Amino acid sequence: MERKEYTYTEKKDTRSGFGEGLYEIGGKNKNVVALCADLTGSLKMNQFKNDFPERFFQVGIAEANMMGIAAGMTIGGKIPFTGTFANFSTGRVYDQIRQSIAYSGKNVKICASHAGITLGEDGATHQILEDIGMMKMLPDMTVINPCDYNQTKLATIAIADHIGPVYLRFGRPKWPIFTKENENFIIGKAIKFIEGRDVSIFATGHMLWQALEAEKLLYKMGISSEVINIHTIKPLDKDAILKSAKKTGHVVSCEEHNVIGGLGESISRLLSENNPCPMKIIGVNDTFGESGKPLDLLEKYKLDPNTIKKAVTDLINSK
Amino acid sequence: MNNSIKIEELKNISSQVRRDIVRMVHKVQSGHPGGSLGCADFFVSLFFHVMKKNSSFKMDGINEDIFFLSNGHISPVFYSVLARSGYFDIKELDSFRKLNSRLQGHPATHEKLPGIRIASGSLGQGLSVAIGSAITKKLNNDKNIVYVLLGDGELQEGQVWEALMFAAHNKVDNIIATIDYNGQQIDGQVDEVNSLLNLKDKLESFGWIVIESDGNDFNSILNVMNEAKKNLNTGYPVINIMKTIMGKGVNFMENSHKWHGIPPNDEQLSEALSQLEETLGDY
Repeated sequence: MERKEYTYTEKKDTRSGFGEGLYEIGGKNKNVVALCADLTGSLKMNQFKNDFPERFFQVGIAEANMMGIAAGMTIGGKIPFTGTFANFSTGRVYDQIRQSIAYSGKNVKICASHAGITLGEDGATHQILEDIGMMKMLPDMTVINPCDYNQTKLATIAIADHIGPVYLRFGRPKWPIFTKENENFIIGKAIKFIEGRDVSIFATGHMLWQALEAEKLLYKMGISSEVINIHTIKPLDKDAILKSAKKTGHVVSCEEHNVIGGLGESISRLLSENNPCPMKIIGVNDTFGESGKPLDLLEKYKLDPNTIKKAVTDLINSK
Repeated sequence: MNNSIKIEELKNISSQVRRDIVRMVHKVQSGHPGGSLGCADFFVSLFFHVMKKNSSFKMDGINEDIFFLSNGHISPVFYSVLARSGYFDIKELDSFRKLNSRLQGHPATHEKLPGIRIASGSLGQGLSVAIGSAITKKLNNDKNIVYVLLGDGELQEGQVWEALMFAAHNKVDNIIATIDYNGQQIDGQVDEVNSLLNLKDKLESFGWIVIESDGNDFNSILNVMNEAKKNLNTGYPVINIMKTIMGKGVNFMENSHKWHGIPPNDEQLSEALSQLEETLGDY
C-alpha cells in the first residue's frame, strides 16, 4: 500500500450526510420512518419530511417521548430514525434508551448531531463529550461515529439494513470531505487510510482528519504512521487494531470525546488484555467544553494535529 | 353470549389469577401483590373477552390487538393472565423471579417470554411505546386496537404528559389507555405524596376523551371498554380512569399501600388462599 496524502476540495457538515442518507434510504425502504424533536433543519431532515410527510413525525421538545414512540413503532416492522442533538439523544434519555430500546432489543436508529466540542458557540450545555461512553456501555448497542460527509451518508444507509439498536453520532461544523462517495462501508470494519510501521493512529469522527494532518507532520520528521479509521466504536474491529498494534508497537487513539469512556478506553482494554503496548489517548481530558469557534476549541482542548504529533513523538522517544 | 354467564366465567378466572399472584410472590418472597390483585379483573376482562388476539404470539402483533403494561411491577398479574390465556404453560409461573427464568421481576422481552412486547419497570415509558405502536398500526392500515395500562402514581413521571400531549395533537385515536386509579404508591397515598388533583380535568384539558370505570366490577369494565371502542377513530385518544382497590380479594391486603411490594408470609398465604377459590387448578 502506497502512502497517500489526503487532501480535500470541499467542506461539508456530517449532519448533511445524514440528511442525504436518510432521504435516499427513505425513498428505497418504505419501512423507514423519521422522528424529530423540534430540530428538523439542524438535523437536515427537511428533504425527508417534505417528500415523505406520512412517515415523518414531529414530536416537539419531548425527547423521552420520542424514544418511547420510536421503540413502539418497531412493533409492526417500522425502522425509526430519531433525530436530535447528541446531548438530547443520550444523556437526557438514557433510561428510555436503556429500557425501551436496548434491553427490549428494538430496531431504533438513534441519530445524533452536534456531538462533541466542535458544536462550537452554544457551549458546554450542548457539547456532549460523554455520549459514546453511555451508548457503548449498553449491551447490544452499535455505536458509529463517521468521519466526513460521505461516510456519514454511507453509514446512515448501512444502519437501516442492520437489525438492532444503533447510535449514530455526527457533527455540526463544515468539515473536509476526504473519503469517496462509493467507499465500501461495513459496520464494525475498520478502514486503513495509510499504511505505516512506527505507530498506529486509530481515529474516529472528525478526529480522523486531524490524524491525517498529523501524519503529514510526522512523515516530514521521518516517522511512518499507520492511520486507521475506527468508525464503529462498538463492535470494535479487534483484529484490525491488534494486527496494526503488533506491527508498530505504539498506539495513539483520537476522538472528540472525553478520554474517559470513549474509543481510546475501548482500545486500551483490548490491548491490555491481548497485546500490551505503549499508548496515548487523545481526547478531551475529563472537563466540560466552552463557547468558541470549532477550530479554536480543537486547539485549546488539545484535539489538534500538533498534539497528535507530540503524542506520537513522546511515545516513540520514551522507548 | 349471555352476559351474566360470561361474567361468572371471568370471575372464576380472576379468582384463580389472584391465587396465582399470591402464590408467586409468596414462593420467592418478593414481588408486588397489591396492584396485581387490584388489576386482576381488568386483565382477565381484556385477555379473556375484550381483546382480539391471534392464536400464536408474534412480536409484530399485526392484525390483532396489542396490550402494553407500563407499570411493570404488577408483573404477577400479567404473567398469570398470559399463562392462563395460553401464551405459555402455567407451570412456568413457578419460575417467577428465579434464576434462569423468563418471568423476570419486571416484564422483559430479553428472555423472549410470549406475550411481552416491551420491557417495563422504570415508570413513565409505556404510554409513549403504545402510541408508537398505534402509529405503526395506522401506517400498516391495521385496524386493531392498542391497549395500555398505567399506574396512577406513575403519572408523576413527566414523560407521561409528553405522551398525552403528543397523542392528542397527532390524533392517535386507535389507542385505549387505562389508569389504575387505586390511590396508593410506595410511600403512601398518591394524594399525600404528590396529588393528581382533578385528574379527569387534567386529562380532558390534554385533549383526551376521558371515561371512568370501576376496575373491580366486571359489568363496569366491560361496559366501559365497549364505550371506549365506540369512541375510537373519532380523532381523539381515549383514556379510562379505572378505580381499583389495591390488594382486592384478600381482605387484609385491601386498600393499603403497605402491600404494594411486600409478599405474604406462610400464615398470610394460607389466610389469603382461604379467601380465593381454586377454580381452574393451581399451577
